Amino acid sequence: MTADEGPASAADAVGDARSVSAQVSTTVPTGGTGDAPPAIELVGVAKEYMSRRGAVTAVETIDLRIAEGEFFSLLGPSGCGKTTTLRMIGGFEEPSRGQILLHGQDVTSVPPNKRDVNLVFQSYALFPHLDVAGNVAFGLKRKGVARGQVRRRVGEILDLVELGALADRRPRELSGGQQQRVALARALVNRPRALLLDEPLGALDLKLRQTMQIELKRIQREVGITFVYVTHDQSEALTMSDRIAVMNKGQIEQLASPRELYERPRTRFVAGFIGTSNVLRRSVRTVTTDGTGPIAILDAGADERVIVPVHSGLGGVVTGSVVELTVRPEKINMTAARPEGDVCVLRGRVTEVVYLGTNTTYTVFTAGGDEITVFWQNSADANDLAGRGDEVWLSWREDHSYALAPSGADPAAAEAPTEPVATAG
Amino acid sequence: MSAEPAATVAPAPGATGPRRGRRGARWRSPFTPYLLALPGGLWLAIFFVVPMLVMLSVSLQTGNVVDGFVQTFHFAVYPDAIRQYSDQFIRSFAYGGICTVLCVVLAYPMAYWIAFHGGRRRSTYLFLVLLPFFVSFVIRTVSWKFLLADDGVLLGNLKDIGLLPDDFRVLATSTAVIGGLTYNSFPFMLLPIYVALERMDPKLLEAADDLYAGRAAVFGRVVLPLSMPGVFAGVLLTFVPATSDYVNASILGGTSDTMIGNIIQTTFLTNADYPLASAISFILMVILLVGIFIYARVLGTRDVFEMGTR
Ligand SMILES: Nc1ncnc2c1ncn2[C@@H]1O[C@H](COP(=O)(O)OP(=O)(O)OP(=O)(O)O)[C@@H](O)[C@H]1O
Ligand SMILES: [Mg+2]
Repeated sequence: MTADEGPASAADAVGDARSVSAQVSTTVPTGGTGDAPPAIELVGVAKEYMSRRGAVTAVETIDLRIAEGEFFSLLGPSGCGKTTTLRMIGGFEEPSRGQILLHGQDVTSVPPNKRDVNLVFQSYALFPHLDVAGNVAFGLKRKGVARGQVRRRVGEILDLVELGALADRRPRELSGGQQQRVALARALVNRPRALLLDEPLGALDLKLRQTMQIELKRIQREVGITFVYVTHDQSEALTMSDRIAVMNKGQIEQLASPRELYERPRTRFVAGFIGTSNVLRRSVRTVTTDGTGPIAILDAGADERVIVPVHSGLGGVVTGSVVELTVRPEKINMTAARPEGDVCVLRGRVTEVVYLGTNTTYTVFTAGGDEITVFWQNSADANDLAGRGDEVWLSWREDHSYALAPSGADPAAAEAPTEPVATAG
Repeated sequence: MSAEPAATVAPAPGATGPRRGRRGARWRSPFTPYLLALPGGLWLAIFFVVPMLVMLSVSLQTGNVVDGFVQTFHFAVYPDAIRQYSDQFIRSFAYGGICTVLCVVLAYPMAYWIAFHGGRRRSTYLFLVLLPFFVSFVIRTVSWKFLLADDGVLLGNLKDIGLLPDDFRVLATSTAVIGGLTYNSFPFMLLPIYVALERMDPKLLEAADDLYAGRAAVFGRVVLPLSMPGVFAGVLLTFVPATSDYVNASILGGTSDTMIGNIIQTTFLTNADYPLASAISFILMVILLVGIFIYARVLGTRDVFEMGTR
């Protein structure tokens, strides 16, 4: 669903960006390309914190371009530098190196109150001494917007987040979800050119979080501003984003659309972080070419066949070199007899069967010593495939094998959001 | 291609259900709150309410130490006391007020600096502020007397080198008394303000900054309103003791700087006029209570919050 729309909506977003910059004539595109500059651009940005025990690297080096109107997510495990990156865009931390540009203008050392972006804090940071309306009006009043207009705009935005009836409540008299919406309204009412959100749904329970995800997405579509969304929840990132940057240890491991990330994870880290995946580590027997391009035939037992397409993101793949390949559990077929045809085939024994309602998860120990997870849909005509201890054959299409690159920064991350992320198949 | 990315994704953890409200239920008997307040209540009853009543009764007695006192319900002692000592009453409130204002002006910036810029050394700085107060209150004030004596270490030397005229003096002036009061009240203003500032979520300041507030607006619209409860507490803790103080006036002040505390002291200890001393004490207490009550109503914590919305 969202994944299919990924590239298309990114292109739309850029179209919007052009029309916006046509109206806002103050924006001067840099680089002389004539194109609208990206809403947010990070060039070689790094951040080291000074602590008692010396410098702590929070962000290694990040190059990034986010298009106008895009829903962009920063996804990664705890401590990987997501908040730091967001805070640098917001102006709360100054980068140790590199440049930050908003709509083509260098804002690297501009304070937050002079940047046309607003941050929604993870803890909401609502002003306890002001009521809901006072909180929402805060930014407009500081900007010197006329009283009547402040009242009108606050009313409008409170209606948008469905909080009109609670305008005179204090933050402590609101539920978590309501506080979250106040925080959102307080930022949105200023009509910033980009909204930064730091795990805004982190404190909510699952059901409310899912409701708010849909709500956030709706609001983003309605107001059409760029959202930079920080989360460590992969399902949240996958369902909401146009593009996702997967971060690890202060670097972007992969920047791509949700579908791209899921189907072609660039590294083992991404493969493991997004969904469940099987990783096989095998040495290369031969490299040849088939109809679609170069392929590597990997070591396997008799009757077995493991093939992976070789793509440009990999280093030198030659006979004898070691390749890691990934295949998603739902792409694997499990049969009692050896399947025919041009597919990858492995032989194994079922060690675990977990029934999960709509599907069943099988754990298969292969002859080569790998543990493979298989998801099997429990559809109407499916009968129990195999039980524990049964010998089975696993098979999948060659093009569902995907070779992983060594961990590190994604070289494609710095490319413009208009261009498709370079991952040849 | 049936698999949706999201479909295989397990729901994220972290769904926190309601947790509170289990503990304490067992304890909740209707008497619990009273039981908790009982020790303190008894303490106050024995050492505050009873002496208060005794004092009230003493103030309405007549007589002298030699012949003894009799309960005569001589209410005239109250208007007499006010008339006789109106100067000292007014002076006490003026000194207490000036001292309180000075304390706010001096302590707020310092508390602000320690809370927001003290870093890891915050407790060290607080300790340094409190260090003089490990020395007895009286000793501290007496040492001021040595320091400020007309020919003491400070003024004597300054006069010798001709920086000050020979008849310049600080001791036995209202400046010395107010200075002493301010000095001695300082930590009682600083600590509550510091606590209010210190527990302020720094994210609130960032949020204000993010919402286009410059430094002045961050202070005026967020920091100040949120620290008002601390200022409120500090004013109470400073104004009441400073107004009824007698040590500073008796050690640092001259004859024209007498405060109402000194009058109570001499009436009680020197003149042994217990009814008059009790009456003055009562008047002072009632004025302070009424004043504090009005202050609390006008500037109470809730309303302090309201100010920020303007
Ligand atoms: N003020 C600071 N001083 C020193 N180190 C810091 C500071 N802030 C963050 N760090 C370190 O920088 C790294 C990145 O922190 P950051 O807050 O950006 O992580 P994050 O990806 O947002 O993690 P989480 O998902 O837990 O919020 C961490 O190792 C953290 O310990
Ligand atoms: Mg974070």
